[in-house]
Amino acid sequence: MPAGVPSGLAWWRSRTAAVIVVGALLLLLATVAVIATAIGAAGIPVRRLPAALGLLAGDADAATLARDQLVLWSIRLPRIALAAMIGGLLAASGTVMQGLFRNPLADPALFGVSSGGALAAAATIVIGDRILHAEGGTNMPFEVLPLAAFVGSLSATLILYRIATRENRTSIATFLLGGLAIAAVANAGIGLLVFMADDRQLRDVTFWMLGSIGGATWSKVTIIAPFAAAMLLAIPFMAHGLDRLVLGEAEAFHMGVEVERLKRYSIVLVSAMTGAAVSFAGVIGFVGIIVPHLLRLLIGPAHRLLLPTSVCLGAILLLVADTFARTLAAPAEVPIGILTALVGAPFFLVVLMRQRSLVGL
Amino acid sequence: MTPVLEALEVSYRIGGKTLIQGVSFAVTEGETVALVGPNGAGKSTLLRALSGEIGCTEGAVRLKGRAPRAYGSRALALHRAVLSQSTTVTFPFSVREIVQMGSGEYRGVAVNDMVDRALAEVDLEGFQDRVIGTLSGGEQQRAHFARVLVQLACGEAAQGPGVLLLDEPTASLDLRHQIDIVASAHRRAAKGAAVIAVLHDLNLATLFAKRIIVLDRSRIAGDGPPAQTITNEIVDKVFGVVEAVSQTPSAGTPFVLPHAARKTER
Repeated sequence: MPAGVPSGLAWWRSRTAAVIVVGALLLLLATVAVIATAIGAAGIPVRRLPAALGLLAGDADAATLARDQLVLWSIRLPRIALAAMIGGLLAASGTVMQGLFRNPLADPALFGVSSGGALAAAATIVIGDRILHAEGGTNMPFEVLPLAAFVGSLSATLILYRIATRENRTSIATFLLGGLAIAAVANAGIGLLVFMADDRQLRDVTFWMLGSIGGATWSKVTIIAPFAAAMLLAIPFMAHGLDRLVLGEAEAFHMGVEVERLKRYSIVLVSAMTGAAVSFAGVIGFVGIIVPHLLRLLIGPAHRLLLPTSVCLGAILLLVADTFARTLAAPAEVPIGILTALVGAPFFLVVLMRQRSLVGL
Repeated sequence: MTPVLEALEVSYRIGGKTLIQGVSFAVTEGETVALVGPNGAGKSTLLRALSGEIGCTEGAVRLKGRAPRAYGSRALALHRAVLSQSTTVTFPFSVREIVQMGSGEYRGVAVNDMVDRALAEVDLEGFQDRVIGTLSGGEQQRAHFARVLVQLACGEAAQGPGVLLLDEPTASLDLRHQIDIVASAHRRAAKGAAVIAVLHDLNLATLFAKRIIVLDRSRIAGDGPPAQTITNEIVDKVFGVVEAVSQTPSAGTPFVLPHAARKTER
């Protein structure tokens, strides 16, 4: 290779490539958002979009315009915003978790973090509903369910942390196996609640199990937005430590990383991001595996770039998945968790087969 | 001269087993020290205690007068750099990215030059854009050595002469690169760094170190220049082989020839 001409890898790891990739992802996100706005059970052709958004005067009659605006502002835009934020949170949470465990297979949905949230939500639906009905048939306020899911995710992570931490050190192997056990217990609990549930409750529980962005409203968006913003701001401060942690905990310590503190922050961040996502959309798996893996192939594993691009690609991926979820069988909806699992599980297997040595197979 | 690194009656026990027992020594600026001894003698544990990775059960370590664990890991990293025995990197970082990690949060042109020089020093100039996992074991070890050299250089720029701790830095290297690493360590010592290395090859230890500390069953069995520590008596007692040691004709440096050795009758 002649001097001065960077090799392929060097180019992809350069600042120019970073700017191009981030720009391309943002452009793609905007494009996908426009397409997602236009199509759906009630379609709004792209030429009528500017008028419905209030940007330009359109040529449509008043009735069409009113219908377009109603669909756009009260159904489609909040849903797109929610899907993008949840996708970003799930992907970022997967990226942080993989860095923390030095394992490209880590995903919050596989380690009981999501299951803990879903169990708390299911328990709230089935048990909370009975108590409320016994007291006179009022409906549960809609904030209760997300809060329960959030508390459930956080509890699952904290229990996991207690199991895996001994003498101020966190063992990765215990964490992984503990996560499987917690997921199993949570799923058994959900099974028990399904057994106890009546038909209406069953539909609600199924929503949490399979995941859905349906029922998005601006009030949900405004609840989750500050969460998402705070998480995104916290992430860049961890990039330096997560890079060095890839070499091992001892090496990271030797290089000056406050390892125990980094691990504590990562665990709280992962459970908060997952909890926020689960609380509004149920269990959506595999986004956290697919996104960072694809990006590592493209731009390398350095977290300074990997974390923000994960947020972008996660948003794109979930927006696409949600658009399919609501159009494939319109006007009915396919649960989005089924779609991500159908694509994600084979992907997971491919990663597993390519990296057998990492998991000791 | 005041010592930069001291072990004061250091003991380390875990799970009822004693890994180091009452080890004391002091190392000054510019000194080269080899830790040798049979498998399981406690060499790596001692190095981990010196680096601050583990605390002492009894006794104390002093790095420039303070316990390593009292510094906080970021400040500590500016005073000492550590090369571990084996490091696996699970994500596809390039060799250059790995070496640059040694610079901590410093960036910029000065760091780029430092990385270039370290890569040249370990003979990996053409490898900087390869994914580290695709390199051979010895090449990976050299890349990590370069990373540690960058860390030492950054620390010394901020805090003056530092301490370099190496755990079997030559374990998977060919003869030429073994000699190169010894030369690199000597250059750092000449500028004031204290270099302490765990070594298995006794001949490499006599080439590398002005002073050899022999560990045997968690205790110090010998401490001094090679001529006083690599002797038939100590090698017999510690490693269980007799008549292995000879002297080079001119300088009188001891060398160990396994062909000449017999196992000690026990």
